[in-house]
Amino acid sequence: MSLSIQPPAAATPATPPRRRNRPKALHFPRRLCKERPLGALGAMICLVLLLTGLFADVIAPEGFNAINPIERLKAPSAEHWLGTDQLGRDVFARIVHGAQLSVIVAFAATTLSIVISALLGILSGYFGGRLDMIIQRLVDGWMCFPDLILLIVAVAVLGPGTWQVILILGLLFGISGSRIVRGAVLSAKQNVYVHAAQSMGASSTRILLKHILPNVMAPLIVLYTTRLAAVILAESGLSFLGLGIPPPEPSWGGMLSLDGRSYMFQAPWLAIAPGIALTVAVFGINMFGDALRDLLDPRMRGGGGRYLARVKRTIGS
Amino acid sequence: MFTETSMATAEAAPRNEPAPTLLRVENLRTVFEKDDGLVHAVNDVSFDVRRGEVLAIVGESGSGKSITAMSLLRLIPSPPGQIIGGQVLFDGQDLLDLSDDAIRQIRGRDISMIFQEPMTSLNPSLRIGRQLAEPLRVHGSVPKGKVRERCLELLRQVRIGDPEKRLDAYPHELSGGMRQRVMIAMGLACLPRLIIADEPTTALDVTVQAQILELLRDITRANQSSMMLITHDLGVVARYADRINVMYAGRIVERGTAHDIFHRPRHPYTVGLMASMPRLDDAIGNRLTPIPGSPPDLSDPPSGCPFHPRCRFAQPRCKQERPPLERLDEEHWKACWVNLDDTH
Repeated sequence: MSLSIQPPAAATPATPPRRRNRPKALHFPRRLCKERPLGALGAMICLVLLLTGLFADVIAPEGFNAINPIERLKAPSAEHWLGTDQLGRDVFARIVHGAQLSVIVAFAATTLSIVISALLGILSGYFGGRLDMIIQRLVDGWMCFPDLILLIVAVAVLGPGTWQVILILGLLFGISGSRIVRGAVLSAKQNVYVHAAQSMGASSTRILLKHILPNVMAPLIVLYTTRLAAVILAESGLSFLGLGIPPPEPSWGGMLSLDGRSYMFQAPWLAIAPGIALTVAVFGINMFGDALRDLLDPRMRGGGGRYLARVKRTIGS
Repeated sequence: MFTETSMATAEAAPRNEPAPTLLRVENLRTVFEKDDGLVHAVNDVSFDVRRGEVLAIVGESGSGKSITAMSLLRLIPSPPGQIIGGQVLFDGQDLLDLSDDAIRQIRGRDISMIFQEPMTSLNPSLRIGRQLAEPLRVHGSVPKGKVRERCLELLRQVRIGDPEKRLDAYPHELSGGMRQRVMIAMGLACLPRLIIADEPTTALDVTVQAQILELLRDITRANQSSMMLITHDLGVVARYADRINVMYAGRIVERGTAHDIFHRPRHPYTVGLMASMPRLDDAIGNRLTPIPGSPPDLSDPPSGCPFHPRCRFAQPRCKQERPPLERLDEEHWKACWVNLDDTH
């Protein structure tokens, strides 16, 4: 029997092809705005946060540490948009520079934590067996301690400071996050296409990079964004307790505690400004992260559009 | 040669000179470790695959046919699985003795596998083109610049329309039949000498099933490869297999040409399988006869012949002694103490 049989009917395309003629660079932002408007808002917030951090010196050039006792505890005005604190420092400048600090700490610590999570989780989940047992018992041991105790001990050993905070938070979140990655790897490993790749002679490295990693990307992205927000909060918490970034560095958490709490009734703006900054930043990052996850995962493609269409229909009727 | 409209009848053309052996499996044993002891999934299985033939392995779910296939390429997840004995001779080389790197060279290049679930055997996050290229890249069988060209050729060979566009599609954009075609294309990419097709059509519509099987058979013939067809679908076997191994409880209980198995079954289990299968030439109103009971628990198999608790011909001897696989004639083997003839 020869191979020159005319193609059967099933081989002809069943569905009309999707149009893909838009410029690729604009494709994603457009989808973000269209399918996940809240995510677009989150992206805006993240962008503002990032730009504020990058250009802190341009936005508030007079510096966050310009002490001016005469101007102390002034209410918000045209001159000091967010008022001044007990040392007469401009709160707006401190918030702006605090954003810089938050951005640095958040990205550095989260990246570190994700690298640790991915490494531990993949080793543990993919190779399994005794290695998995050892790693998981160590993680168990680590997770037995309340986070705060670990943090306090670590700060006591390493001393306060920006890099110490990054290291500690990265380690803390990284180790607990490895569980999530391990779970995702375990389920990805069960996929028939992993067996199929093995049956084709693919090596472990290849399978990990091409088949496992793309499938744990969705949880990793979610982990990254939730961690980003959590790290900002944790850093503020540490600074609030005096364990984080030492004054006079303008950490939002430190501002809440040192200045905000002490002068809550005389000068409420001292607490309100960093509080709002924290809330907005965390909200924005979370929303953006969710949207990213939904849009980047090919398995969830199209879901957003349908969801939005349903919402629109509900509102319309 | 069959025509499109031929009924489910076995190929009766007798072979004078059997083709040389490509793969010989001897006394293969695979076990799985469970909490409550060892499960003997594959017990002393021996068979061979000849060049250019389609060899079928038939059996119920859990009879060990898939595990046998996976064991050949050492794809058994270990732990809990383990191959504890036997030989798998491919070109005189024992695959069970090879290093991990060496067996990886064999996988996909000399022996490839096609899995039973087209819906899940493709990675949903990679475009078809990249997955199709995987065996080619892994084995470097085609120069890098020619990979795409070869992929297009493969897609055309499995008769996927508009291959250019399909290469850039994600698996969810294809139908089940198309995905199975892609899987077949992947299996064929390096022109393997043996293709193991593990229930290649189970998840597909009946009409698509026939197309896929014919495609598989035509391409293996064109490439002069052999195929091991693993299935529980006797209709499939009747039409496409040259020889058939019937497995029960991790053992081969009967082996023969398709004609032998369908027209002169000699093992009560095979007889039962035939009686439980609907046939076009049955009189209307005839009821199917099921095999009573259920397959044995392989962690605690029955003594003697594993089939005796369900066998209507069972004799006292069957409880005590396990029958060996004995030759009846040139191609026909059975493992049973009872001498059945055509009148059962």
